[in-house]
Amino acid sequence: MFFIRRFEESLLDLFSQGKLVGTTHTYIGQEANGVGIVDHLDPEVDTIFSNHRCHGHYLAFTDDAYGLLCEVMGRADGVCGGKGGSQHLCKGNFYSNGVLGSIVPVATGIALAEKRKGTGAVSTVFLGDGTLGEGVTYESLNLASLWRLPVLFVVENNHYAQSTPVELELAGSIPARAAAFGIETHELATTDVEEIHQAAGRVVARIRDTGEPFFLVLDTYRFSPHSKGDDNRDPAEIEERRERDPLKVGERLEEGERRAIEERCEARLAATIAAAEDAPAAISESEAA
Amino acid sequence: MKRCVQVLNETLHELFVERDDVVLLGEDVLDPYGGAFKVTQGLSDAHPDRVYTTPISEASLFGVAAGMALRGQRPILEIMFGDFIALGMDQIVNGIAKFREMYDDQVTVPLVVRTPMGGRRGYGPTHSQSLEKLLLGVPNVVVVAASECHDLRGLLTNAVEDERPVFLIENKLMYGRPNRRPDDGHVGELAVRETGTRYPALTFSGTDFSEGSVTVVTYGGMLPVALEAVTELIIEHEIFCEVVALSQLVPMELEPVFESLARTGALVTAEEGTLTGGFGAEIAARVQEAVWSDLRGPVQRVAARDGIIPSARPLEDEMLPSVADVIEAILVLEGVRS
Repeated sequence: MFFIRRFEESLLDLFSQGKLVGTTHTYIGQEANGVGIVDHLDPEVDTIFSNHRCHGHYLAFTDDAYGLLCEVMGRADGVCGGKGGSQHLCKGNFYSNGVLGSIVPVATGIALAEKRKGTGAVSTVFLGDGTLGEGVTYESLNLASLWRLPVLFVVENNHYAQSTPVELELAGSIPARAAAFGIETHELATTDVEEIHQAAGRVVARIRDTGEPFFLVLDTYRFSPHSKGDDNRDPAEIEERRERDPLKVGERLEEGERRAIEERCEARLAATIAAAEDAPAAISESEAA
Repeated sequence: MKRCVQVLNETLHELFVERDDVVLLGEDVLDPYGGAFKVTQGLSDAHPDRVYTTPISEASLFGVAAGMALRGQRPILEIMFGDFIALGMDQIVNGIAKFREMYDDQVTVPLVVRTPMGGRRGYGPTHSQSLEKLLLGVPNVVVVAASECHDLRGLLTNAVEDERPVFLIENKLMYGRPNRRPDDGHVGELAVRETGTRYPALTFSGTDFSEGSVTVVTYGGMLPVALEAVTELIIEHEIFCEVVALSQLVPMELEPVFESLARTGALVTAEEGTLTGGFGAEIAARVQEAVWSDLRGPVQRVAARDGIIPSARPLEDEMLPSVADVIEAILVLEGVRS
């Protein structure tokens, strides 16, 4: 979690130094979700389809910080050769795409293929509260339930769709949306990674056991802006949520142990940034020829 | 001679036997119904676990097929009416067409979308259109138009074996017609040449390719209209034209058109979709870039009027391009009309 936090903070720093172009959507504040869930997935078998805010999921699943940083920095060593950028990643069984809702039917199709092949894979798709405004989400819930597909729908409700608070974008209940399709749901209002990890373990085991979809709703919050500077939220609200910072709640590590982990992460991050800055820029094939 | 629907149906059955990775998804495709146009007849009885009848959820189904293709399956998605591809445009434009290139060739998306386009059946504004031109501006997809003279077995088989996403545009009137394949190099009185490409173009000539007045380039459901027009011109006016029937519309490959233009020097484009922003516009642009000085007149476009397709047959007939419209365009280039 600390590495993801520092990776994302570093991206914002690199942006402010003019070393990155395009855009990025950081995972700062939501790290416990990705880490708690992904630990139960097998990158060799299971699949993830993530969204625009995908770096935390990507790092937890692939541990490929260099490929991601190069991708965001437009370097040739980027995991997609610099073609995808921040929100269009692919490595092994990990995919992400940048249009909200668009990814949900694709993750459903992945589950259908894996079920047909008998691999036992769980297809995880990360949604947010904003994604619940997109109609294909509901078509996919219907299909996943109807065809009994092993899809883990994770809703990370961070209470904002870009600048719009959830109260202005969603009517009714979030878990009831999936329950209406006959999908088992669980709602969790914690930022404690251990609690999320335990709950996710039960959920993934349940999907592996039944082969049927599950809808996991996590109450979360991002401390960072939607992308870079676009934040109009009340600072007092952000401060109040910081009291439940996943890096601080339920802290179980000894001070020395925590410090050692942080130092290892910082060293790895510094080396990764230095290597990415030295990496050659992505160039077109015609230039390369 | 087999009807086109029968050839497509037999090919699906063959593909299901030959390849374990082929599955089919679509609305109302189960037997005994067998699909709205009966192309999938018998398939679900023969392969019950590989034919998925779906909810009416086209927007998602394109994505489901894409997900299956990403994971090594060869899904064939039947969209009941071509008009409904509008519901899938996000999946098509932002997913299906992009995954391979934006993921730096780490994946392929080998799916086939089969769908019938075209009017002349009185189905009205939302069930009669020829919307394949919406895919003309989408990089990285393949659009193939079937016609009653093409090797339909070959087109469908090659589409399934293609690593790229392929949209196979079928035609509602075509289904019930005989698959008129060239016999000894001829369809009727016209000599025919066929390219050796994956999705071939057919060129028809009334003079065995010795001379010609005008080239008509067309595809799909407009092919029989164009053939009727050039046949009538031979009989009524002794004007001998060539017709090029493309099957691969996107990415556009016009080599057979250039070859024909070398013999004729004048071009008419004929399509059933609406005029503006259509295939004729793109073909005209490419032809004038490549062979401007060889043309003896401006490219003439025959297409549907820019409007809706009415339900009432006389109104529909007036809207859609006719044999008379094709003849008129040829006569303009021949200097017979202005």
